[in-house]
Amino acid sequence: MKTTETPTAPDAVPAPRVSKQDGRPPRPKEKSEGQVLNVFSHGILIVWAILVVMPLLWAVMTSFKDDAAIFNSPWSLPTSLNFDNWSRAWSQARMADYFLNTIMVVGGSLIGTLVLGSMAAYVLARFEFPGNRFLYYLFVGGMSFPVMLALVPLFYVVNNMGLLNTIHGLILVYIAYSLPFTVFFLTSFFRSLPSSVAEAAFVDGATHTRTFFQIMLPMARPGLISVGIFNFLGQWNQYMLPTVLNSDPENRVLTQGLVQLSVSQGYKGDWSGLFAGLVMAMLPVLAAYIVFQRQVVSGLTAGALK
Amino acid sequence: MQHGKYRFIVGFLVIPMTLYTLFVIWPFIQSIFYSFTNWTGLSPDFEMVGFDNYSRMFEDDIFWRSLQHSMLFALLLPLVTLSLALFFAFMINVGGRRRKGGPVVSGVRGSGFYKIVYFFPQVLSIAIVALLFQFAYNPQSGALNSTFKAIGLDDLQPVWLGDPDLALWCVMAVLVWSTVGFFVVLFSAGMASIPTELYEAALLDGASRITTFFRVTLPLLWDTVQSGWVYIGVLALGAESFAVVQIMTIGPGGPDYSTTVMVLYVYQKAFRDGQAAYATTIGVALLVVTLAFAAIVMKLGRRERLEF
Repeated sequence: MKTTETPTAPDAVPAPRVSKQDGRPPRPKEKSEGQVLNVFSHGILIVWAILVVMPLLWAVMTSFKDDAAIFNSPWSLPTSLNFDNWSRAWSQARMADYFLNTIMVVGGSLIGTLVLGSMAAYVLARFEFPGNRFLYYLFVGGMSFPVMLALVPLFYVVNNMGLLNTIHGLILVYIAYSLPFTVFFLTSFFRSLPSSVAEAAFVDGATHTRTFFQIMLPMARPGLISVGIFNFLGQWNQYMLPTVLNSDPENRVLTQGLVQLSVSQGYKGDWSGLFAGLVMAMLPVLAAYIVFQRQVVSGLTAGALK
Repeated sequence: MQHGKYRFIVGFLVIPMTLYTLFVIWPFIQSIFYSFTNWTGLSPDFEMVGFDNYSRMFEDDIFWRSLQHSMLFALLLPLVTLSLALFFAFMINVGGRRRKGGPVVSGVRGSGFYKIVYFFPQVLSIAIVALLFQFAYNPQSGALNSTFKAIGLDDLQPVWLGDPDLALWCVMAVLVWSTVGFFVVLFSAGMASIPTELYEAALLDGASRITTFFRVTLPLLWDTVQSGWVYIGVLALGAESFAVVQIMTIGPGGPDYSTTVMVLYVYQKAFRDGQAAYATTIGVALLVVTLAFAAIVMKLGRRERLEF
């Protein structure tokens, strides 16, 4: 890496003295330019905020309307709060089941991803052995391949193992596809942890396994949280894998269930129920994001900035 | 630390490695192999056919259209999304007016609020976002057309997703909507790590905000922008465009194939038409496009590295 001076720094340094001596800091000119820019940029910022929030508010509003109102006056406020849309979606449209399936799949695969990912990352980060680099790049390489390419043979692998249309099959596949990023992220994290503590524990007679679970894993908590949030969002929002590997209506996850619902809506036409389902699926993650905003943002950006 | 080392290493690696090999590596190797067969996917029998699938692909009109659309996604989407995100992030973090006694570099008022709100779409599933916008685009009673009606543009009632000339842009707009927020936050994190002295110096030098952006912020942020470009391009070639196109547009990849993309075409050939071997061939083409895209962006984007 080469250290180059930044372009502005050399000429910029003497500048303050000059302007101070002149007694005319370049304020006035800036201010008028600043104001135009301020109005303009504030405007755009606000417009984008509205563009982001409006569709979401519109969905919430629509979920309380009846079908006639949805079609005749899409933008008017609901005349009364039709909570039966919500209860219909929850029970008849089976949103409750989809929620349960999603929680099971994501819960299982999140725990599996974190445990298996940190085990592999720990070994790859802190032990020298032949083939270490090769295995690391094998894992990391998986990040840049399009999943779609593997999807066709994957379908038959999963089918041959009798795991098609099962929750546990989906969990195993989710774990496998979450490993590349998880291993990549956690390997660099484990490398950054001080080794003295682990060595001391080992000298005291702790086995490698014990050292890992009782000392290294707790020390790695911030990294686990970041990568956990990243994986949680990815797995909760997964659409392609379940669409291909899980066509049993009993085991549908949320995204899949909603898309199926909207397709069959074309013939039945319970739009209000469908909107209620959509909002139902949106609200928990949005609420969780607002509460854990800081962790979510740092978890997601930490991964991308690496 | 030698005692039992290898047993431990093997013990820790065996399960993750097995899962990864079985569900990721093995299918990848297989798919390249299958692209040289005439496997239907429906029966276990197949024969080797050499490059037949590849020559068929080169003569397949729909393949070329999907390739075209995918390339458009990979080029235009990052350009629009990253430009918007850079502008927003700069305004939020650096663009604020200097207030007396305040820090030299600050964002516009309410920047914390913008950062939170802009990120909303990122936590929602792309499938749910696609469904939502499908309704917004609905020509009879969707939010868009009824807004047009309300403000007196009655004649202007596009059919959006049903219009072959418009459908692709509609789909792309949804992807922009859902990804800008993430990059605003990502670039904000990058901008926060630029030392304020550089901004102070530029400001005292009389640099306008536009100059500051192009001379200070963008060069120092270039690495992040570049990896962001690769990241969003790979997404646009893969999972994200699959979800939006498959869910939002009607029929076989939009009216008259106007929105079909490579991922969707792989999916249709494999799981709808029972042409698994041909599907994997298109998948290999997709892999080539993705890797070429990443390599080109990394190569073109290389600059002298700026350190601070």
